[in-house]
Amino acid sequence: MNIPKSSLENFATAQADGSATLSTPPAACRLLPTHVGMGAFLLSEVAFFSTLITTYIVFLRQTKGSNPSPATVFHLPLVLTATGCLVASSATVHFAARAFRNGNRAGFLGWWGLTIVLGATFIACTAKEWSDLIGRWGLTISRNLFGSTYFTLVGFHATHVTVGLMILSIFWVLALRKRLDNSSHVGVEIVSWYWHFVDSVWIVVFSLVYLIGR
Amino acid sequence: MYVLMAIFFLVVAGCEALAIRWQLIKPGNDFLNPDTFNKFFTMHGTTMVFFMGMPILIGIANYVVPLQLGAHDMAFPRVNAFGFWTTLFGGCLAYFSFFVPGGPPAVGWFAYAPLTETTFSPKSGVDFWALGLLVSGVGTIAAGVNFVATILTMRCPGMTLTKLPFFCWTMLWTSLQILVAIPPLTAALIMVEFDRVLGAQFFNPQNGGSAYLWQHLFWFFGHPEVYILILPAFGMITEVVPVFSRKVLFGYEFMAAATMGIVFISMGVWAHHMFAAGMSRTLDMYFAAASLLVSIPTGIKFFNWLATMYGGRLWMASPMLFAVGFLAMFVLGGLTGIMLASAPFDLQVSDSYFVVGHFHWVLIGGTVFGVFAGIHYWFPKVTGRMLSERLAKWQFWLLLIGFILTFGPMHVSGLLGMPRRIFTYQADRPWQLWNQLSSLGAMIQAPSYLLFVINIGWSLRYGRPAGDDPWDAWTLEWATTSPPPSYNFSETPTVRSRRPLWDVKHPDDPDWKYE
Ligand code: HEM
Ligand SMILES: [Cu+2]
Repeated sequence: MNIPKSSLENFATAQADGSATLSTPPAACRLLPTHVGMGAFLLSEVAFFSTLITTYIVFLRQTKGSNPSPATVFHLPLVLTATGCLVASSATVHFAARAFRNGNRAGFLGWWGLTIVLGATFIACTAKEWSDLIGRWGLTISRNLFGSTYFTLVGFHATHVTVGLMILSIFWVLALRKRLDNSSHVGVEIVSWYWHFVDSVWIVVFSLVYLIGR
Repeated sequence: MYVLMAIFFLVVAGCEALAIRWQLIKPGNDFLNPDTFNKFFTMHGTTMVFFMGMPILIGIANYVVPLQLGAHDMAFPRVNAFGFWTTLFGGCLAYFSFFVPGGPPAVGWFAYAPLTETTFSPKSGVDFWALGLLVSGVGTIAAGVNFVATILTMRCPGMTLTKLPFFCWTMLWTSLQILVAIPPLTAALIMVEFDRVLGAQFFNPQNGGSAYLWQHLFWFFGHPEVYILILPAFGMITEVVPVFSRKVLFGYEFMAAATMGIVFISMGVWAHHMFAAGMSRTLDMYFAAASLLVSIPTGIKFFNWLATMYGGRLWMASPMLFAVGFLAMFVLGGLTGIMLASAPFDLQVSDSYFVVGHFHWVLIGGTVFGVFAGIHYWFPKVTGRMLSERLAKWQFWLLLIGFILTFGPMHVSGLLGMPRRIFTYQADRPWQLWNQLSSLGAMIQAPSYLLFVINIGWSLRYGRPAGDDPWDAWTLEWATTSPPPSYNFSETPTVRSRRPLWDVKHPDDPDWKYE
């Protein structure tokens, strides 16, 4: 192919001569675009959840006084199990990412798989909770503001967990089939970032909905 | 692509605006019926902000940012395509509301609850509107992610953040603002849809929901949004002014800091749109004071532009013409902004034509003039051909005169008590003259946009070949060919100062000796 000639050629030479002390590439260059992109995306997710959380707080008074009330319907042992799973899964995903960096495939598969199991348990707990709320207490999204805010906030969080689970599973299957190589570490890292994020959101949601909001 | 889409929607929304102005030309007119009138101003506002304003800025930036950085493309070309198609799809969704029973929504661009609840808007127009904005918002966020990643990691060797071309700097901060401001709108729109489709109660005051919450959420998005629309224009002006004054940008560091200042302050001023909603006095005072603060960094920018021009050899080619138009007009819009930010004054004119005058003044006098400056500046790079200067001058003067004539009188009719969003008025009110002037102004503006489209079409075919660097400019995009090859640069450039091309052209007196 014929590369168009441009002033750039003189440009390169002009910049090069007499300049042994060319400044080193900016530090940020060493962060890969994917990392920064994920960071930026997570920032937008923070803004999104902050909005839902703020809304929950705004209606907290109505929520506490609602019928059925949060104090009646929440079953703490269940929620605590779920929370425990999710927090633990943050640790396991961290170990998995480290195993990947060290080239320890078995360790990666194990820790990563455990993360998936823990995440799935969390979703199962949520499903159980929701079926109680709806079936036993008749609390639906349209019943009152408690229902509206609760299902929206917890629902969006659960959706994020579910999406995370799907991505985790895809990576796990790829690793099982030996389709991941060294260059995949960026992917593994950003998925683990995402998972940590989902976990942190849950800690806030948990404190607000089940501790403060009862 | 983005830019073409934006121009298409510009024409659509422009026609809506013309219809609105035609209706208001005389008292008791019946060109549009009240309902259609409401639908038109809703779609006009929505389109101009979401399907014209943001896409045109994002589109230009998508093209220019990698070139200025010395990169071969954006960081994530596929995310880029995703952003474009979702935005376009969002636009189509919103416009699909014209074809459903009940037609488009009639709720205004800020769509206050409970007007959007099913009780008041039973037909599906609002749903399409909300989904359209939601989807296009996702596209905008994708673009924001892409810009941040590109600007932070794809800079060519030597280009530290302090040597960033100024347009890239403003795009970086615009993107951060996109990332923080658009998701709350997304969340709020989801709540609207949950209310409408699933029977949730968020914005339904009858069941304890809060219409007031919607106002807060909307303006938490809405105010930063106006800065999303203006910051890239600031960036374009900051590229154009030095080149056409033949001087270095005055006070780069101050300009950079002012951009950050604007972004941070403007996150905390949203409720100046809500003085009339009955907040507490403390809140009123806080939001008024915070809004007035924005004028400090904006003022810094303004004086730096003037100082850059001062003593320079001004070259009044079309990009500079629009830039100077921007400077002259935008400052006036800033002044009416400051007036509105004083809560007591605002209470008198809120929801009057004064507000309509204010925001069109900043959006057209600011964003549109800025974008025209940018397009006239970069068109030769993108296409390899010059735009016709003669048509551009006609376009500029028609736009300037038409614009002043349209929106100037709105301030007066607003002060005379004309509320916004009325579809007609009685003859015994003192508003007719001012409305006629506004409508006349709109008729003058319209051909100016037409000339712009014609100029583009004509110049694509018959325009003078531009050469690589028609403006004798200094940033990297002018170092490659016009139009640039698909990989932008055949060799990754290395820079040592803010004006790499100056260094090349003046090896005896390069900038890096001073910076
Ligand atoms: C010194 C800077 C500015 C200040 C202090 C300011 C202040 C205000 C205030 C207080 C209002 C609310 C008026 C009301 O509804 O009663 C307002 C409305 C508005 N401003 Fe500004 N403004 C400034 C600059 C800008 C800029 C740069 C833009 C956009 C490029 C802009 C766009 C708008 C829009 C779109 C509205 C109307 C929204 C609506 O009600 O539909 N403003 N401004
Ligand atoms: Cu504002």
